[in-house]
Amino acid sequence: MSNYNQEMIEKYRGNFLKEVQDNVEEGDWVKMCMQCGVCSGSCPLGPHWEHPPQEIFMMIRAGKRDEVLESSSMWMCTSCYNCIARCPRGLPITHIMHGLATYSKRLGLVPQNQPTAKFAQLFWDNLSKKGRVNELKLGLSLYFMNGIGEGIKKSLKMKDIGLGMLKTGRLTPMEMIGGHGCKDTKGFHAMLKKAQEIEEARIGKSGS
Amino acid sequence: MAKHSYSFYPGCSSQKAASSSNYQVSVDTMCKELDIELNEIPDWNCCSASIGYAGGGELPRLALSARNMALSEEAHPDQDIVATCAACWLATRETQERLNDDDELMAETNTALAEAGLKLKNDKKVRHMVEVLIEDIGYEELGKHVKKPLEGIKIAGYVGCQTNRPFGIAGESFENPKYLDKLIETVGAEACDNYEKKVSCCGGALAFSEPEKSQALIKDIIESAYDNGADMIVTPCPVCQMNTEVYQDQINATYGTKFKMPVVYYSTLMSVAYGKSAKEAALNGQIIKAKQLEEIAGK
Amino acid sequence: MSDLKIGAYICKGCGLGERLDCDQLATVAQRDGKAQVVQQHDFLCSAEGVKLIQNDIDNEGVNRVVIGACSRRAKTEAFDFQGVNVSRCNLREGVIWIRPDEDDMRETTQEMAEDYMRMGCAEAKHSLIPASAQEKGTDNTVLVVGGGITGMTAALEAAKTGYPVHLVEKTGELGGYAGKMWKDVPMHAPYTDPVDTCVADMAAEIEANNLITVHLNSTISKTSGAPGRFAVDISTESGSTSTINIGAIIQASGATPYDASQLPELGYGKSKDVVDRVELEQLAIAANGGPIKRPSDGKEVKKATFIQCAGQRSEKEGHLNYCSGDCCLTSIKQAMYFKDQNPDIETEILFDDLRTPGAPGEDFYRSGQDKMVTFRKGMVSEVVAGSNGPVVKFKDKILDEDVEEEADLVVLATGMVANSGVDIDEVPQNEPGEWEVSVDSILNLNYRQGKDLPHLKYGFNDSHFICFPYETRRTGIYTCGPVRRPMDTQQAIDDATGATLKAIQEIENAKIGRAAHPRSGDLSYPIFRKEGCTQCKRCTVECPFGAIDEDEKRFPVFNESRCRRCGTCMGACPVRVISFENYSVDTVGQQLKNVEIPEEWDEKPRILVLACENDAYPALDMAAQQGNHYTQWARVIPVRCLGSVNLIWVTDALNSGYDGIILMGCQKGENYQCHFVKGSEMAAMRMSKVDDTLQSLSLEKERVETYEIAITDIDRAPKLINDMAETIEKIGLSPFKF
Repeated sequence: MSNYNQEMIEKYRGNFLKEVQDNVEEGDWVKMCMQCGVCSGSCPLGPHWEHPPQEIFMMIRAGKRDEVLESSSMWMCTSCYNCIARCPRGLPITHIMHGLATYSKRLGLVPQNQPTAKFAQLFWDNLSKKGRVNELKLGLSLYFMNGIGEGIKKSLKMKDIGLGMLKTGRLTPMEMIGGHGCKDTKGFHAMLKKAQEIEEARIGKSGS
Repeated sequence: MAKHSYSFYPGCSSQKAASSSNYQVSVDTMCKELDIELNEIPDWNCCSASIGYAGGGELPRLALSARNMALSEEAHPDQDIVATCAACWLATRETQERLNDDDELMAETNTALAEAGLKLKNDKKVRHMVEVLIEDIGYEELGKHVKKPLEGIKIAGYVGCQTNRPFGIAGESFENPKYLDKLIETVGAEACDNYEKKVSCCGGALAFSEPEKSQALIKDIIESAYDNGADMIVTPCPVCQMNTEVYQDQINATYGTKFKMPVVYYSTLMSVAYGKSAKEAALNGQIIKAKQLEEIAGK
Repeated sequence: MSDLKIGAYICKGCGLGERLDCDQLATVAQRDGKAQVVQQHDFLCSAEGVKLIQNDIDNEGVNRVVIGACSRRAKTEAFDFQGVNVSRCNLREGVIWIRPDEDDMRETTQEMAEDYMRMGCAEAKHSLIPASAQEKGTDNTVLVVGGGITGMTAALEAAKTGYPVHLVEKTGELGGYAGKMWKDVPMHAPYTDPVDTCVADMAAEIEANNLITVHLNSTISKTSGAPGRFAVDISTESGSTSTINIGAIIQASGATPYDASQLPELGYGKSKDVVDRVELEQLAIAANGGPIKRPSDGKEVKKATFIQCAGQRSEKEGHLNYCSGDCCLTSIKQAMYFKDQNPDIETEILFDDLRTPGAPGEDFYRSGQDKMVTFRKGMVSEVVAGSNGPVVKFKDKILDEDVEEEADLVVLATGMVANSGVDIDEVPQNEPGEWEVSVDSILNLNYRQGKDLPHLKYGFNDSHFICFPYETRRTGIYTCGPVRRPMDTQQAIDDATGATLKAIQEIENAKIGRAAHPRSGDLSYPIFRKEGCTQCKRCTVECPFGAIDEDEKRFPVFNESRCRRCGTCMGACPVRVISFENYSVDTVGQQLKNVEIPEEWDEKPRILVLACENDAYPALDMAAQQGNHYTQWARVIPVRCLGSVNLIWVTDALNSGYDGIILMGCQKGENYQCHFVKGSEMAAMRMSKVDDTLQSLSLEKERVETYEIAITDIDRAPKLINDMAETIEKIGLSPFKF
């Protein structure tokens, strides 16, 4: 458990709704949920959520901090925006789920080996390196994210797809060497760094 | 000078030899025919789609799209931004709205942008290519360019998620948007009117991280196209295209299905209907070949 | 009264001239209908056509106008002639529109039209021209019973319109339930925060209004009379009684909070820190904007839990079966008492279904959410004592888990019980001449049918909820506010305003002896031939409006301005001594007897349809407008209500050789649609005896059918008529054709 997590526990002393409101992207909407359940019923991966969005909102209000933040639920979001389109109260549910995921990540509470959490991190690392996604490297790092053994197995499984992409000119081994990227990587990195600093200052994150 | 000029945000997957480079080829062909000029935003960066959130917080993610918009303002100050990728469009437009609504976030974003020597005014529209086609060109004009109507082909218009929600195309419903069907009919093909998986999710980025769960969704999307008598699927989104095309073999292996359903971009359809060659229409980019389109293009 | 002179007018417009032999209709009116004046016109409802009729009335002495044209429901303004009776023969909707325009149908279509002309003339011949009732009201004063928000609104609204008001309140002050509240739910935008109640302002306004007389600590010890001439005894606590003449009465007796001591399982009575919604108001008043303290030890409340539907919406013995409507908004308001004072106080509302109706309700709910009131879908099983306060045990229905939570204070959202007086179905009225005041009664009516307004459901007072919500079954007495259904302050204010308008309308009607809806403006009233009466009491018992009292010898005493002219008494009377001038056993009986019944070998059956004028008759008209058809054998006669159908009509029809009879009325029972509330129910009871009649005539029981018809049954109603035609084809024609 990170210090940051401990710090937040002490700061909010059980008022998890307030904590979410202050620290999670679009978190001040959570209290406006009216528990109709349309979000849960509209989610394409609904059955795979340990706690579907409606329940997550209720759990936040019931102060179930650990159960929410340690849940794999919000990592099930495919960003299809169905819940947003249908929510009668206009809650930006997709963004709240992303926000909860981000917050859980910051606190170090993401479940071990949560594949989407890992992939999302890989994706961010990949794009933030040169400003543009390197699809080949992203793919390979995805297959190998759980170690070399599993990586080889996965790569073999995916090889037909890779070959198909290769044959149709939609994948190139050249990406392995140089690959696409921004020219002004310096400015790009400086901008991201600044954005991160501002955000950390805003949410009062003392150390990470 | 071209009739219509836009500041163009191609996005990572449209780059040369990237996963939807074929989309880009057909878009170029289509735009040339329609006298649409796309001026690429110089040195654009990734928008982080909707999956960057594990690594990037809210502001860093907003800064990504803000940089592209600022670059666009600098290079093409009078032009709307147009994206072909659903995720690129969505992320950029979402950034635009969020920054419009929140002065504080806007100020913070500009502080970050200043590090790259940029400043954002946020005064140009962010649009999807489909909006350009429907709103600026119009179905009638789109139809006038058809030289080889795609007669006898039945097509399931798979709109997917991110070109449809939360913004969508003006005047269309979230639950049953009609524009793709209208485009299909404009190029002389037959649309599957009751394609019930039209706006269902393919799993998006979770096709990578949660392949079994996503492929179950993809299976339903393709199955429904077959049930509706479709010869092929057409889509406006690179992620939709990729997910519904490339996993068919794996789905066949898992579920014992015999899917071999071509999935093409609207721009490919239009290029073929406009009498362009198979190469110009990027038919060579199909992993599952669209044979009917190849035949028409070869005539 | 001048001699009877029938003028028959046949319209040839709207296709009537093309589809019908109008010359022949004229001959029928003259020969069979005995019309002294017969005219045809191409466009009878035009100014010229109307003038033609008016001219005959003015110069030829025509006093019975028979119009062979469209339905009685069409062109009512054109054919509204004063001082004469108008009979309408429905040749358009009733004949040419419901029959196909085909050559081989012409003969039977013409027969229908001719029969309707005969029927119209027969009705004209046997009807009298109604003069308004002799008994007319003269009193302008409105009596308002109850001095809560509802009653105060009614008093002010009536006074503002210029009508004097007597306002009777049984306690020592105005304000009622709202007077005991700290704040109220907002009634104007923005619907975000509790507001001061309107009690003080209204009370001051009443004080200042010299048209309003307030009687505090007073009750009603007797109400007699009728609209426009009620005599009301107002008794004070000290024992003095004064009698006041009243035009109309508004009963705004409100509701009493449900007795929470019936909820020991929720900890009430066991812990001082479990309070009901009224007690929470008292705690808030005591806090006066400061921190609310709990009763047991005066500790400032840091966590308050609200339990919705306490003793309500439950089938359990002693619980209320219904939703009291305002408790959800009240709990949100009360939670805000805490949150507005100190946002850190935890407030939790445990609900099953949160009901905050309307846009204001929704906005107020959102405001509660915005203030961080926690809303939780939880079913409370029990409240027990804990170490620091009451512990609420509930099942969270979203998270599907059992939860126990301690609170400093638990508030039970209890419901409301109507102050509706005695249940007249249970408590019999005193014998004539033996008056006794009931302390439980609100109005102490001396009516034959009981001391209070009938209860409708769950002890709430009457309301004609279908069409006229403030209306009761006692003409001139209107309910409003929570006595007629659960409601909140805003709804009660709206309700009181509506009821006041109805009361004023009735005062004005009574002045000219005119009926209230649904027969608005009708000047006829029941005429009773005492010599024939057998004192059977059917009319006094069956009158849906309690209009008929009894004298010491059990003869009926009609109170004309209480009467709604439905004719249920006429239908009920076994010796047929009750009638209206323009609607009687004869006006209908002669119509059905003047239909030509063909000989059996003609194979032309006749089906009599008695259709309620409120829903069934319009449904048939609309069916015609839609181009629906029904059999040429039908002859339709509108009746005021199925309750007015006297069995003699059925017997006469069967004896005259009709092959089938259909009665069409409104839905009866709990979800009644009957415009006179009980009319169709009474009819159904009577019709159950028709089988005996049929048996005695050796006729098949399928020949008489009673149906409930809604105004929307434009496909079903014609089909039912056609079904009867089919039935007759199967079972054969009636043998009674002479």
